[in-house]
Amino acid sequence: MDIAAAKMIGAGLACFALAGAGVGIGLVFGNYLQGALRNPGAAASQTTNMFLGFALCEATGLFGLVIALIILFGM
Amino acid sequence: MAMTPMAQFSVKPLISAPILTIAGHPIYFTNQALWMCVLVSAASLFLIAGGAKRSLVPGRLQSMAELSYEFVGNMIQSAAGKDGLRFFPFVFAIFFFVLFSNYFGLIPGVFTVTSQIAVTFALASLVILVVIITGFMEHGFRFLKLFVPEAPFILLILMVPIEVISFFTRPISLSVRLFANMLAGHTMLQVFAGFVIALAGAGGILSALSIAPMLLIIAIMALEFLVAGLQAYVFAILTCIYLNEALHLHDHH
Repeated sequence: MDIAAAKMIGAGLACFALAGAGVGIGLVFGNYLQGALRNPGAAASQTTNMFLGFALCEATGLFGLVIALIILFGM
Repeated sequence: MAMTPMAQFSVKPLISAPILTIAGHPIYFTNQALWMCVLVSAASLFLIAGGAKRSLVPGRLQSMAELSYEFVGNMIQSAAGKDGLRFFPFVFAIFFFVLFSNYFGLIPGVFTVTSQIAVTFALASLVILVVIITGFMEHGFRFLKLFVPEAPFILLILMVPIEVISFFTRPISLSVRLFANMLAGHTMLQVFAGFVIALAGAGGILSALSIAPMLLIIAIMALEFLVAGLQAYVFAILTCIYLNEALHLHDHH
């Protein structure tokens, strides 16, 4: 197979990392809402933790993007 | 403006002659250096102007400066404890540098400093160096206990290498997180801007449809505003968490 085509396929496959990030972000917000609806009094104190979890989770998906970029431009 | 989405991240020398040469490597004054100077002076100006008057009833600028001081102070205290406040200037400087460069990058046409892995990796390795030096200064060689959790001996054979690896991948994850977020956000904005241009140029009913990606850009811009602040916060709070480990090892709670 042409090496350029293989690179493109590899870069596309690397974007599968975003599936995991999507599941993770869904879990973060879903579980936050679940907890917040059960105990609305404690909800406000946990928003920063939720956003921290969101940011950490989102980043793991973006690592896949970085790998895709390395495959496309780096090598 | 360039049409390819990645062109916005290219570092170009602004003055064609190198300003100085270190061991054969020419050092140029690039657009990156220019924007770093701009954002550092903007941040300094904001804080100096905010702290200049020191009136008892603060004006808008002064309360913004005071709020940012309080915000970072509370963050350090909650994440690294009272004695973490020694590192206030360090954490505050890092937080403000990242925050300002993220928000400056959202202005159209402005080069995003934190979208360069060189910048974020330099910041992250500085953080890890400070953590290691603090740990050894506080605890001497007891600092190495950080890598040895309380566990049966057989588990330790497995856990110590994992702890060591997870410690030394921290600068990588810290830098790649910030860099990838900025890169992905700005690339996405540029790709959707390309959609608008392509649709508007297509003519007829398609030109009218170009309003759809335009509206989407506004939504993404709002998300990017959230992400820009959030990533600065995450960078700073992770710095605090790592400092906390160096200061208190595992016996904080």
